[in-house]
Amino acid sequence: MSDRTNELSHLDLETPDKTYLDSNELIINMGPQHPATHGVLRVILKLDGEKVLGTECVIGYLHRGVEKIAENRTYTMFNPYVDRMDYCAAVSNGLGYCEAVEKLMNVEAPPRAQYIRVILTELNRIASHQLWLGTHALDIGAMTPLFYTFRDREEILKIFEKYCGARLTTHAFRIGGCQYETYAGFEKDVKNFLTFFAPKIDEYEALLTTNRIWLERTKNVGVISGPDCIALGVTGPVLRASGVKWDLRKAQPYANYKDFDFEIPIGTNGDTYDRYLVRMQEMRQSMRIIEQAVAGIPEGPIMGKVPKVIKPPVGEIYHSIEAPKGELGYFIVSDGSTQPYRLRVRPPSFVNLQALDVMVRGLLVADVVAVIGTIDIVLGEVDR
Amino acid sequence: MLTSFMSYLGSTLTPGSAGNQLWALIYVLIIFAGVSVTVMCMNWLERKALAHFQVRLGPMRVGPHGLLQPIADALKLMLKEDIIPAEADQFVFWVAPLIGLLAAFTVYTVIPFGPSQAVSDMNIGILFMLGVSSLGVLGIVVAGWASNSHYPLIGALRSSAQMVSYEVAMGLAVVSAILMTSMNVSGTGTLSMIGIVQAQQQQGIWFIFKFFPLGLIAFVIFAIAMVAEVNRAPFDLAEAESELTAGFHTEYSGLRWSLFMLAEYAAMIAVSAIAVTLWLGGWMRPFPNLLHAAAWDFIFSLFPGLTFGGLAAIAFIGTARMPTQSFFKIQRIGLAVFAALIGFIALFLLAIAVVAGLSADTSLVARFNQGIGYVYWFVLKVAVFMYLFIWYRATWPRYRFDQLMRVGWKVLLPISLGVLILTAIVGVIVS
Repeated sequence: MSDRTNELSHLDLETPDKTYLDSNELIINMGPQHPATHGVLRVILKLDGEKVLGTECVIGYLHRGVEKIAENRTYTMFNPYVDRMDYCAAVSNGLGYCEAVEKLMNVEAPPRAQYIRVILTELNRIASHQLWLGTHALDIGAMTPLFYTFRDREEILKIFEKYCGARLTTHAFRIGGCQYETYAGFEKDVKNFLTFFAPKIDEYEALLTTNRIWLERTKNVGVISGPDCIALGVTGPVLRASGVKWDLRKAQPYANYKDFDFEIPIGTNGDTYDRYLVRMQEMRQSMRIIEQAVAGIPEGPIMGKVPKVIKPPVGEIYHSIEAPKGELGYFIVSDGSTQPYRLRVRPPSFVNLQALDVMVRGLLVADVVAVIGTIDIVLGEVDR
Repeated sequence: MLTSFMSYLGSTLTPGSAGNQLWALIYVLIIFAGVSVTVMCMNWLERKALAHFQVRLGPMRVGPHGLLQPIADALKLMLKEDIIPAEADQFVFWVAPLIGLLAAFTVYTVIPFGPSQAVSDMNIGILFMLGVSSLGVLGIVVAGWASNSHYPLIGALRSSAQMVSYEVAMGLAVVSAILMTSMNVSGTGTLSMIGIVQAQQQQGIWFIFKFFPLGLIAFVIFAIAMVAEVNRAPFDLAEAESELTAGFHTEYSGLRWSLFMLAEYAAMIAVSAIAVTLWLGGWMRPFPNLLHAAAWDFIFSLFPGLTFGGLAAIAFIGTARMPTQSFFKIQRIGLAVFAALIGFIALFLLAIAVVAGLSADTSLVARFNQGIGYVYWFVLKVAVFMYLFIWYRATWPRYRFDQLMRVGWKVLLPISLGVLILTAIVGVIVS
């Protein structure tokens, strides 16, 4: 933990692992069993009264060795495993993996499959952001938004269920396209969802955006600057809230995102409130994308020309997509066999979690849970 | 005993005053049982109301619409293993919930449910009340310390700081209300809880509207401070679930934990009762001075019966709307019996009111209003506050510790000081 300070000396990181005899300082163990650590994150806090002097994240409580499992499974067999990383945005994980293998094999999914992928991925982005909003608000003490977001998330999960039979770990896509054709009434369901959901975002915002307590709890809390974000490798809404306009959907368009007209919301202060606003805007932008995709969904096949046994040529590939939480990358080394020689995942939650210490230094205990919530981590993805 | 019993019935004396110790004892028992039952009702109501705010159903399984849930919970808590952590200070750990409970219940000795419906009419009632209710913090601090664990300790420290700071603003708001009681001919104020309500009656105005907007501001300050005083959302920092797991009662379980809950709800009712007494006219019905004709007395005497009638109607509608499967038969019968019970109370109250209103003896209506009307209006006003407590919890996020302190010291305290000074000035000018 000392080596990470070398590069980032301007952040004035200080290691909290010394023994302190000063009675004013208190070492508190937060998690892995704690209502606000979103699963099994363990944070060791060094406190001076309520003030946070330093934090140390202990992870690995949910480690399942996903990357090692990949080496012993064929490319097709490994596909469902990626859903179990970020189980709140399983569709994005599947998209990233399928596209990475497709790129390695130099095949492309047909346009209809691309459109279905975009619709489902953006629906999942909304679902992931809803989950974030509910739990984040609950961490800050507002109980009600959680239930509102879960009520509305249900509509998205229903569409997933009708499409592929699963709600969370969807396994919706296959290498080379989609396994399932859309069900009758899919477009109608998605359109209905859009009209249903537009006023619901306003409802969330009515509860929180101008709420005085919400503003006090989130403004100037957990501030991180754009350069610090880049130095730490932070991506996704956290990076964009710090004023860096970096969204892989625009910066390195994958799938068929270049066909759609949408904006990348960015913040200015890089505080918790800006991250909140950015994610709320992203939900609206996702709705715009879905609207265009549903309107323009072409007819045609849903699977590209992919052999039954997937055997990519020898080589390596890094492909990354903009998952709801940030850049989700897959690095695959192929030795020409049916199984990856090495598969490495670059999970956004894991990298973003590094920023926690920078964000919470000098804040209070109550802000730690707010910042953990605003980074939007999923421990399944952090630990893999 | 019988003579004192009979003598009380004919008198308007407060039970606690000389010769009425028996009645004081009976009132103590009634209040203890009543508050405990009210806390159970509140438990159910909070879970139901909160659930409906949050598009959920809340408890539905134990009894019709979960009506028996509080009883089931109480039984469960009593049967749970009694855990005292090995590292805890055993005796202090044991005694802490009792301190909180004692403080919360002692307050009820001076709460006037009516001019003669109180355990005692202490001449320093409001001081006693503030003093005893702030003892509740001792139970919390001691609980946090005795647990010998980090989260409870932080919770206890937060809570002590919070209560001490809000006590100041609260006290100043109370003083401005007490100043208003001296706006009479002789210019003498009172600290007696009953006296404060009687002063509002004499001046013909609830203190919330007195010297508008001064009384209103003082009331709002008190209403904010009292939420902080009883550690409820958005000021529930002492037990902030998402930060400190459960705050000061993290290490408590079973019956001891339920004593904390009982104390918390009893304290909520107690502070609401102070607010009602000081600013909302206590036991008085709306507009006692404007609408004082006998006809109005009669109309207002119908209110208790109508309220119970409304509750019974809700229960009957609930019965009619229950599923018709035979599986729900017992629940339907149960709810119907419950509705019938409330309906019977409603009919009884209405019958008394109507008989009293139709009889030639006009004093009957007055006696009905004194016996039932006073308690009814007082409880109704307190109930509004209890509902507000639930509403706050459903709507607002939680304040952070430093913000809470800032609001207390930099916002509420100066405003309440200003209101106090202005009230004094206006009072001098007016008199």
